[in-house]
Amino acid sequence: MKNLYIVCFCFLAVCLTNAQERYLTKSGEITFFSESPLENIAAKNSQVLSIVDAGKKQMAISILMKSFMFEKALMQEHFNENYVESDKYPKATFRGAILNFDTITDKETKVEVKGKLTIHGITKEMVIKALAVKKDNAIVMQGDFFITLSDFNVDIPSVVEKNIAKEIKVSFNFNHQPFKK
Amino acid sequence: MKNLLTLALLVLINSHFYAQDDLLDVLDAETPETENIVTATFKGTRIVNGHSVENRKNKELEFIIAHRFGAINTGIEDLFGLDISNIRFSFEYGLSDNLTAGLSRASVEKTYEGFLKYSLLKQKTGANAFPFAVSLFGSVAAKSEKAIPGFERTFVESLFYTAQVLIARKINSSVSFQLTPTFVNRNLTATFEDPHSIFALGIGTRVKVSKRVSLNAEYFPQFNKLKSIDATNSLAFGIDIETGGHVFQIILANSRRMVEKAFITETTGDFFAGDIHLGFNLSRTF
Repeated sequence: MKNLYIVCFCFLAVCLTNAQERYLTKSGEITFFSESPLENIAAKNSQVLSIVDAGKKQMAISILMKSFMFEKALMQEHFNENYVESDKYPKATFRGAILNFDTITDKETKVEVKGKLTIHGITKEMVIKALAVKKDNAIVMQGDFFITLSDFNVDIPSVVEKNIAKEIKVSFNFNHQPFKK
Repeated sequence: MKNLLTLALLVLINSHFYAQDDLLDVLDAETPETENIVTATFKGTRIVNGHSVENRKNKELEFIIAHRFGAINTGIEDLFGLDISNIRFSFEYGLSDNLTAGLSRASVEKTYEGFLKYSLLKQKTGANAFPFAVSLFGSVAAKSEKAIPGFERTFVESLFYTAQVLIARKINSSVSFQLTPTFVNRNLTATFEDPHSIFALGIGTRVKVSKRVSLNAEYFPQFNKLKSIDATNSLAFGIDIETGGHVFQIILANSRRMVEKAFITETTGDFFAGDIHLGFNLSRTF
């Protein structure tokens, strides 16, 4: 009987440690910025889901394309209808390994996340640099990187070529909190 | 020994569960169900001649310049109608995301028109799903052309009213339909037999052929018609081409008119007998 208790305890302990190793945010922020001679286009999404698995040193991000908010309603409509085709490809995702996860402390540390970014149905291998910090039991990660629209088959018609940058700056800020299921 | 086995089994089950759930699957499970408003049911605020459920958004100004040429079956002498041209220009402004006000001037009968369009209900998916969008449209058109001597009229007698309920559904990303119950009232009729009030049911559709091009069609069968003219039902086809803030519509219609009261109730052309008018709408949103 005593042994059974030990078994149960072990089982629970394993469960708990597993659960405690994950950190999640449902209100991560991603902004992108396109700078061109004719106009600047910016959009912000504050409902990004991101999860960090400390045990496996991995992270995953899920971005609903329709949650990007633009300054002009017409830009937002064109973004969803003509460029990223949100009805066909509602989400962009990223899944990768945090290469130097163990260096994350309560001081900001540079980390690299190597993984696969999927936008508009196209998947690309990427290494994204981020600043990470572990504070009050939360893992905060932020940074920026550039993506090339043609890599993800996002066409820019010639008439608006001068309005949209070929390389888009993407910035992110995730405040992951301990996630218990 | 038995306990040891149980322990091994439990650890296995546990790690198995653990390994199985992919991080993206966890995110999918954690994604809150969001309310998703269906947008871009039509590319423009017009399907062809008639209004679509689309509104201009808050503080957006749209300028539409539209031409309709003479009938193609007038032949080579009028260069298939191109010598004859009607024009209408219109300023339309978003007072809010859901309320658009417009002012326009059409060359035929020197008509001034003011309208309001209100987006009452949105088509939604996800949480609070709703199957279609509903907008309300109301307009007053004033004929300002000088009267023929003997047929003088007052200002009030120059007025026409149109009320429409626009009910639209985006079936999928490329196909949309709209039903448009319409009421047109004229204060002054040409003869005593002409009804003051005419009811019609507009039917419109669009099919996207590429990301920026769609084919549109629109038909306005009337339940009662003007008797003093040989009135037919308005039938029109269009191609929408969208480039940035512009929507360019190329139109083939049996009517040369662009104001609701005119193309819905005063059309006399027979599309299939060659009374086809080429036209275009050019829209620019600022």
